[in-house]
Amino acid sequence: MTNGVSVELTDLTRVYGPVKALDGLTLHIEPGELVALLGPSGCGKTTALRILAGLDEATSGSVSVGGQDLTKVPANKRDMGMVFQAYSLFPHLTVVDNVAFGLKMRGKDKGDRLSRADEMLELVGLTAHRNKYASELSGGQQQRVALARALAIQPRVLLLDEPLSALDAKVRVQLRDEIRRVQLEVGTTTLFVTHDQEEALAVADRVGVMSQGKLEQLAAPAELYANPATPFVAEFVGLNNKVPAEVSGGQAKLLGSSVPALPGSISSGAGLAMVRPESVTVTADPSGTASVTSVAFLGPISRVFCTLADGTVVGAQMASSAARVFSPGDPVTVGVEPTGVLVVEAGG
Amino acid sequence: MNRTSLGGKLLRGVLWVAFGLFFLFPLYAMADFSTRNLLKGGRTLQAWKNLVQDDALYQAIVISLLLAVFTVVLMLVILVPTMIWVRLRAPWAKGVIEFLCLLPLTIPALVIVVGLRNVYLWVAYFLGESALTLTFVYVVLVLPFAYRALDGALSAIDLKTLSEAARSLGAGWFATIARVVVPNIWSGILSAAFISIAVVLGEYTIASLSGFQTLQVQIVLIGKADGPTSVAASLAVLVFGFVLLLVLALLTRGRRRTGAIDAAVPAPTTATQSGVPT
Amino acid sequence: MGRRIRDTLPLLPFLALVTIFLIVPTVTVIFSAFFADGVFSLERITALFSDTALAALWKSVLLSGSTAIIGAVLGAVLAWLIVSSPPTSVVRRAVISLCSVLAQFGGVALAFAFLATIGLNGVLTLWVQQVFGWNLAGSGWLYSLTGLIVVYTYFQIPLMVIVFVPALEGLREQWREAAVSLGASRVQYFREVAAPLLTPAFLGSALLLFANAFAAYATAAALVSQGSPILPLLIRAALTSEVVLGQSGFAYALALEMIVVVAVVMVAYNLLVRRTARWLK
Repeated sequence: MTNGVSVELTDLTRVYGPVKALDGLTLHIEPGELVALLGPSGCGKTTALRILAGLDEATSGSVSVGGQDLTKVPANKRDMGMVFQAYSLFPHLTVVDNVAFGLKMRGKDKGDRLSRADEMLELVGLTAHRNKYASELSGGQQQRVALARALAIQPRVLLLDEPLSALDAKVRVQLRDEIRRVQLEVGTTTLFVTHDQEEALAVADRVGVMSQGKLEQLAAPAELYANPATPFVAEFVGLNNKVPAEVSGGQAKLLGSSVPALPGSISSGAGLAMVRPESVTVTADPSGTASVTSVAFLGPISRVFCTLADGTVVGAQMASSAARVFSPGDPVTVGVEPTGVLVVEAGG
Repeated sequence: MNRTSLGGKLLRGVLWVAFGLFFLFPLYAMADFSTRNLLKGGRTLQAWKNLVQDDALYQAIVISLLLAVFTVVLMLVILVPTMIWVRLRAPWAKGVIEFLCLLPLTIPALVIVVGLRNVYLWVAYFLGESALTLTFVYVVLVLPFAYRALDGALSAIDLKTLSEAARSLGAGWFATIARVVVPNIWSGILSAAFISIAVVLGEYTIASLSGFQTLQVQIVLIGKADGPTSVAASLAVLVFGFVLLLVLALLTRGRRRTGAIDAAVPAPTTATQSGVPT
Repeated sequence: MGRRIRDTLPLLPFLALVTIFLIVPTVTVIFSAFFADGVFSLERITALFSDTALAALWKSVLLSGSTAIIGAVLGAVLAWLIVSSPPTSVVRRAVISLCSVLAQFGGVALAFAFLATIGLNGVLTLWVQQVFGWNLAGSGWLYSLTGLIVVYTYFQIPLMVIVFVPALEGLREQWREAAVSLGASRVQYFREVAAPLLTPAFLGSALLLFANAFAAYATAAALVSQGSPILPLLIRAALTSEVVLGQSGFAYALALEMIVVVAVVMVAYNLLVRRTARWLK
């Protein structure tokens, strides 16, 4: 069920003196969609979010929600819910008063406010903590309260500014699934900013990878992973091996096979192919030119690192049961699955 | 704070000017008053020259400066090792030490001087009647400020690890404190020293009611007969204190407060490594 | 246990200093208020209820209370001005340095600063006389309670700035942004978030100002050479002439009275500060 509205960021630019935090960002979010903006610090993702929220002003460009131009509308009139990275709960209010705050600002009377707040608390599973203060809650619980508070006002857009970055790893995973569950249930259009690519791929309908104020690629997680459009995206998302390859006629020759070269690769000549570990095949072969260097056991999967004849080290990912047969020093043949690879300039 | 309206800027400007006038005008008045020739009109530097020429005043200045130095030295010699020791070997005493250091904030100097008579009878018996014996009381007076400055500096370093490393490399306690700890808490030491100097130079209550001739006491005495000179001396001390603190602020520039207010630094995530090294 | 004793030894110099020069005088005061010449007697305490003593107490409370309120309000305004300036601006750091100096120096220098400004021959007095023909210093009001209130404000405001700026800085930007994103106007943010969070700090600071003014001596002593309108000056009179009210040692009782008032106020201050520290750290 979607009851969200569409969001349109058009050609947003934000300049601070000599620094260009945002450089012509254009983004369209469908009603009810969760788009994640992913990138390293300084890439402009948080700036974009804050401009959408109205907490920052774009140097040029426009923001519109549900067809309505919000560029000049002050932040407190934009009807958006925002979850900050940390420390945003009001310390002098109880959990339920925190959640009801937005409704108080809208002039709802006490009974309505509290019943809606309790409804939200039930949605995030914190009804038992209703009368506690922020300092009495764990980081994960605080963020769930923050989420309830943002949703209580039935915002047209939900904004999440690295909501999980300040939390422990295990809590992070639990909470991100919960955020996604809640978002799907309520159906609000959502913009989720993070620097953790695993997080972005796990929760989003589409992921926008950003670098230096520009959007490098906007695609569904699987598409982004399998077909990175630029070297930056290929580097930033997932793990990569860099294997020498030769490109000609749209095909890349490497590791004894010929596979499609993705658009965005160099057009011809020698380069480095970015190969996912799970696309690398390792076969025991007494006459193989490569040899196993080490095996890393990671639970359900293992990574087998091999050194090729030319000295390149390649990591292959496979089920641990399959990896068991390999030991350091074994001669092997290393190959590659017939999926597309992005080939970049050597030395890059 | 992105959009400051014109009205807002105007209000702030007006407020700044109002406060500026209230605080800076008396300082200007002091400069004017102390250089005024009351008899003949026009300017004279006589009042300022008196700082050196008037024997009693000059003596008082010297005594006060010496007192300041003695107080700083004694304070550092007693407080720094004590605070280090408490952190390393006697953490159970932290509460007591902190309480005692902050106690002088609650006990007015006036009360101390009333009860000090007997104590100073003994002190005079052992150490003579010089105003320099005020050092001991003054160290007590500056404890709250010095403690806070040193505590802040000590909290900012990992004292335990540093001292263990030093001692494991063969340094004795004196060497550890002098060569390892002190250089790392330098900003705290400077801060404590400067504030102590300011307090000592400005102290009047205990000195006057105990009968010692320090700078402030002398200023008040002279003030009845020679206004300009007293004003000159007062202004000199104020300016000196201000310069000291400004120097301190510059020396410790760039050090952020510990316990910063920014949100937590994002923890490193699992799968963001981008390559197996070639 | 032997370890404990050994570990305490290095603390002795500090403990000795504090005991001899702080604890002993304080205990002497408390003791001597109740024991005249070694004999238990309430005569000194009773003297506290004489007209002179009560009048001095009342004037001190009035002086401290009014300068606490004025200083707290104006100081909070100045603190806000400072905090909303860019953090690294020279003006900001210079102002905070100036405040540190003014708050701790207090005393004699300020008395003379005001003498130089609005005393009988003060710069402002003379200027106003020339331009408007008014006599600002006329009745010598500078040496009365009103004058003390004006002068005390001069060091109360900086003290308020020093104590209140950390509280203002503890007001996280995220709270303002969260409130705004939830629909709060500036007035609503102030009323619902900033004011409740800052009130304990504000009240606590005001209490600190009260204690500060109540215990202050030097400025009043420099301005008022005769008479003892306020408590600290009454103590001076008791110390310098042992003939006040025909009772020697009256100073001890007065000093005890001072400790009690200041201690009560400081306890209240500490309670409020603890609440603030929880929220604004």
